[in-house]
Amino acid sequence: MPTLTIDGRTVEAKPGATVLQTALDAGIYIPHLCHDEQLEPYGGCRMCIVDIDGSRGLPAACTTQVAEGMVVRTDTEPVNRVRRMVCEMMIADHPDECLSCTVNQTCGLQKVAAYLGVRSQRLATTGRQAVTDASNEFFHRDLRKCILCGLCSRVCHELLGVGAIDIAGRGFASRVTPFGDTGIGESTCESCGQCVDICPVGALTGKNEALPPVRTVNTICPYCGCGCGMELGIRNNRIVRVRGDRGNPASRGSLCVKGRFGLDFVSASDRLTTPLIRRNGRLEAATWNEALDLVAARLIAIRTAHGAAAIAGFSSAKCTNEENYLFQKTMRAAIGTNHVDHCARLCHASTVAGLARAFGSGAMTNSIAELEHSDCIFVIGSNTTEAHPIVALRIKAAARHGAQVIVADPRRIDLVRFAAVHLRQQSGTDVALLNAMMHVILQEGLADEEFIRARTEGFAAWRPTVIDFTPEQGEAITGVPADRIRQAARIYARSRQATIVYSMGITQHTTGTDNVLALANLAMLTGNLGKEFTGVDPLRGQNNVQGACDMGALPNVLPGYQAVDDAAVRDKFENAWSAALPDQPGLTVVEIMHAAVAAEIRALYVMGENPMVSDPNLNHVRKALAATEFLVVQDIFLTETARMADVVLPAAAFAEKDGTFTNTERRVQRVRRALDPPGQARPDWQILGDIARRLGYPMQYRHPAAIMAEIAAVTPIYGGVSYDRLQPHGLQWPCPDADHPGTPYLHQDTFKRGRGLFHVTPFRAAAELPDAEYPYLLTTGRVLYQYHTGSLSRRTQGLERIAPPGTFEIHPRDAEREGLAGGDPVRLYTRRGSIEARAIVTSRSPEGTLFMSFHYGEAAANTLTNDALDPVAKIPELKVCAARLEKRPDTTGGR
Amino acid sequence: MQQQLQDVFDRYTGEQSELIPILQDIQDVFGYIPSEAMSETARFLNLPASTVYGVTTFYAQFHLSPQGRNRIHVCQGTACHVRGAEKIITAIQAHLGIAPGETSQDFEFSLEGVACFGSCALAPVLVVNDTVYGKVTPAQAVDILEALR
Ligand code: SF4
Ligand code: SF4
Ligand code: SF4
Ligand code: FES
Ligand code: FES
Repeated sequence: MPTLTIDGRTVEAKPGATVLQTALDAGIYIPHLCHDEQLEPYGGCRMCIVDIDGSRGLPAACTTQVAEGMVVRTDTEPVNRVRRMVCEMMIADHPDECLSCTVNQTCGLQKVAAYLGVRSQRLATTGRQAVTDASNEFFHRDLRKCILCGLCSRVCHELLGVGAIDIAGRGFASRVTPFGDTGIGESTCESCGQCVDICPVGALTGKNEALPPVRTVNTICPYCGCGCGMELGIRNNRIVRVRGDRGNPASRGSLCVKGRFGLDFVSASDRLTTPLIRRNGRLEAATWNEALDLVAARLIAIRTAHGAAAIAGFSSAKCTNEENYLFQKTMRAAIGTNHVDHCARLCHASTVAGLARAFGSGAMTNSIAELEHSDCIFVIGSNTTEAHPIVALRIKAAARHGAQVIVADPRRIDLVRFAAVHLRQQSGTDVALLNAMMHVILQEGLADEEFIRARTEGFAAWRPTVIDFTPEQGEAITGVPADRIRQAARIYARSRQATIVYSMGITQHTTGTDNVLALANLAMLTGNLGKEFTGVDPLRGQNNVQGACDMGALPNVLPGYQAVDDAAVRDKFENAWSAALPDQPGLTVVEIMHAAVAAEIRALYVMGENPMVSDPNLNHVRKALAATEFLVVQDIFLTETARMADVVLPAAAFAEKDGTFTNTERRVQRVRRALDPPGQARPDWQILGDIARRLGYPMQYRHPAAIMAEIAAVTPIYGGVSYDRLQPHGLQWPCPDADHPGTPYLHQDTFKRGRGLFHVTPFRAAAELPDAEYPYLLTTGRVLYQYHTGSLSRRTQGLERIAPPGTFEIHPRDAEREGLAGGDPVRLYTRRGSIEARAIVTSRSPEGTLFMSFHYGEAAANTLTNDALDPVAKIPELKVCAARLEKRPDTTGGR
Repeated sequence: MQQQLQDVFDRYTGEQSELIPILQDIQDVFGYIPSEAMSETARFLNLPASTVYGVTTFYAQFHLSPQGRNRIHVCQGTACHVRGAEKIITAIQAHLGIAPGETSQDFEFSLEGVACFGSCALAPVLVVNDTVYGKVTPAQAVDILEALR
C-alpha cells in the first residue's frame, strides 16, 4: 500500500489508484468535472490539477497514479489560479439560468465555481453555437450548458458499448453529437439514460424531472431478471426520478431504458383501485369483504363438489418471494392441490428440468459479474442486449478486455458486433450444432479428460453418440458452415475459462430439455464448471422468476425444489404447515389449460399473470379460461386475462410493498415500499392471508420479514436468508445457515447431485416445420423497449412510441418474393390462427424466417405459436412454427 | 459508391488504427467524405459511426460535402488579418456568392478561411489550388479567380 501526503495528511492508497480517487476516498475534495471511477482516466477538464513535489507543471490528479512518498498539495494559489481561468472560460459561454435549471444545487459546475470563488461571467462569450434537442423520448439535450467533459460519450462507448454520441469538430465548434449531427432520437441511442445520470451539469436532463424528489428509496427493478438496483426519487406519492444504485453488485449503477424511464405504470390512471365482481356479465366494483367472501365460498363449493384437484393456480414471477411462497402454500395447504405453476413453464422449465438432471440444480451456475473475466463467452439463444441489457454490459466489457465471444443465433443480434464468430443455425437445430461442436472437441483431443474422470459420469455411454456426428452432418441440418462449427468449438474448448450464456432461444422448444442437456454436456466435456468465470448461465426472464421457482410455485416441488412425492419432504412440510398435503405432482400451465377445456379444472386463481398474451395458442387459452366455472385474477391492471374473470382483486405494485426478489444469479435482494398503493389496492401477501383465513386456514403475518423467516426454516437453500442480512448486497443461494456468506458459483468441489451426468441427446426436428402450405419459419422474441405482455412497459408512452405494436421482421429476399415493402400490412397465418402485422424488411432475420415480438395483446404473436410440448419439461415450442402470409391492401395509408 | 468503397477497404485489414488512412483514401476517390462512406467505414472497422464522424469532423483536411474544382484559401492569421484579409473575403464572397466553408453551385469554387500559412511577410495571403498569392488586393483576388474559369 503506497503511502502519500496530501495537504499535509498522510493517506494510504490502493496500488495503481489515481491521486484524485485516493484524495476523494480520503475525504479530501479536489474539484473535478470529467472524472468518473467507472471510466478510463481522461484528463480533459484540467480542473483537478494539483501540485506534486518534484513533478513538472501541474499534473491532472485524475490521470496521475499514486507513488510511494508522493507529496501532493491540492489547494494552492498557483493551482487555483489556473483552475479559475478554466472555470471562467467554461462559464463564459454558459447560459445564466441556474435558478431555472433542473440540476440547480446539485450541479458539478456550480460546485467547482463555488469552491474557486468564481461568481460572475467575467470573460466575453465566444459566441459558440449550440443546439437544443428534444428528439429523445425521455431526456432533453441542451448543449448550451455543455462543458464538453465527455462523460456522456465515454459512458456510452466504454460502459454501454453503444457509442451513439461522440465529440465532433474542434476548437469552438466542438460538440457532443450523434453521427451526422442529427437529433439523438434518430441515432443508435438506446435511451438507457446513463449519460443523463452522469452529466455533471444541466445539459442532459430527464423530461419528467421538473421537481426534485424529497426522499429516495433503494429497491430492485420490477422488469427483468438482471435484478438491477435502483434508487427511486419520491415526491407527492409519485416516482419523479429513477437512478441506478451504484452499490448494487449486479448492476453497479446501470439501468436500461425500462428501469430508468419505464415506471409510469406505477401511477397509471388505470390501476385497479377496488375489487370487482362479475354481476350480470359485467365487472362491478365491490368491497373487499364481498370479494374475498365470494372467492372463498366459490372455491370451497367447487372443492366440495369436484375435489381439490379441480382447482388450479398460476403464481407470479413478478411478485415477491414471500408472495409466491404464500400462494403455493395457500394452494397446497389451504386448498389441497398441487396444480400450481407459473410462467417459468413458458421460459425456463427446460432449464430447471435439464440442469437438475445434469448437475442437480437448475439455476445459473455463476454470477453476472464473473462474465467480465471469462475469456470466452458462448452466447446461444439469448438476445442479451435486448432481453438482459445489464448482463450484456458485462459481456461487452469482457469482449473489450479481449475475451472471445461466440454468438449462435439465427438473427444478427446486437452482440454479433462484439463476436469473434457468429453461427446462424436454423431455429430448432441447436442440438445438432452442439453435438457437432462436441464431435470436434473429442476428435481434436480438446476434452478435459481429468475433469471428466474426476467429476462426471455417463461419459463412456455418451461418447459414441456424438463421435460419428461430423460438422458436415451438422452443417446439413443447421445450415452453419462446417468450418465455422470447428472454429467455434476450438475457441470454446481452448479457452481457459469459458462461460455459456443462454436463454429462451434454447429453452422454448419441444427439444428444450435436450438443448439444455447438450449445453451441460459441452461444459462438462471441457471442464468449464465449478470454477469462477466459467459455467452454464441460463438468463432468467422475469425479475423474480428465479424466486418463484425457488418458492415452489411449481406443480412437482415444494419450496427449495423439494419433491412433493417424497414422503419425508411432505412430512416435514405437513408438520411445519399443520396441514395434509397432496402427494401427486400437479399439472403444468399448458396442461391446466387443456384440463380446463375438458372440465377437469373448474376454478383457476391467477395472481399477477396474463396468460391471454403470454401463452401459446391463444385461441385455445381463451376457450380454457371461458370454460372455467370460476376465475379469480389478482393484478394491478385489468389485463386481457382479468377482463375474463369472475372476481378481480386489486394488488399493490412493486414500489408499494416490502419483500424480496431473487435475480437470475440467485441473488436474493430487498424490495422496499416507497409509495402507498392507489385506492383500496393491497399487497398480494395480505390478500392471500385473508383468502386463506376464509378457507379455514389461518395464515397471518405482520410483515414480509416474518414470511421470510418461515421460508428460511423450511427451505434449506434459503436457510440463512433474513432481512437483516440482505443489506446492502443481498445474498446468493445456496445460503444454508445464518453464518454462510452465500454462493457466487455452484458445484465447486462436487455437483449438487454428486457427479455431473452426461445425457445422450440425439437431434430431433421441431414439432412443426415449414412446408408447401406454410413456407416460413416463425420465431418469437423480445425487444429492448417492451416487457413480456406489455402490461407494465406499454403504459410508458415513450416506450410505446419507440416500439409500437404489430410489426414483424422479414428478410429482403423474402419481401421481394412476396412483393412487400417496409411498412406494408400483411396477415400472418399459422395452423392455429392469424393476426395483422406490418413488415419490417431487414436482413437481421435470415431468409425464410419471420420474427415477431410477443408483447402486444392486440396483435398477439401467441395467437400463432405452437403449444406442442417438450416431453420432459412441458415447455411449449414458442420459438418455432410454420407460417404463411398474405399481403393486405393498405387501408390506413401506412405509418 | 459501394464498389469504390470496397476497393478502398480491400487495401486494409480492418484494424481500427486504419481509420485516418482510410478516410484519406476515400477523400481522394470522392473529393470529399460522403455520409454513407462514413457509415460503411464504421461498419468495416467495427467502430460506432459517431466515432468516425467525430474523427472526420476533427480534421480540417476532411470535407463533408463536395468541394469545388478550385479551392480558395484566404489566410485569417494575425498578420493577414491586420492587413485586410477580411476585405478579401468580403470581395470574394460578393463575387462568387459563397461564404467561407461553402462551395459554389456550379462546383467551380470552394472558399475557406484558414490559419496562418507561415508567409506573413507576404500578408495578406491568398492560396488558390496550392498556388500562393502575396500582398493581394480585393480586386486582384477577384481577377485571379476569374482567370481560372
Ligand atoms: S441514453 Fe444511453 S445509449 Fe443513448 S446516448 Fe445516452 S448513454 Fe448512449
Ligand atoms: S452533455 Fe454533459 S456529460 Fe456530455 S459532455 Fe456535455 S457536460 Fe459533459
Ligand atoms: S429491465 Fe432488467 S436490465 Fe433493465 S433496469 Fe430493469 S432489471 Fe435492469
Ligand atoms: S477531472 Fe481530471 S482533468 Fe477533468
Ligand atoms: S497570418 Fe497569414 S500567412 Fe501568417
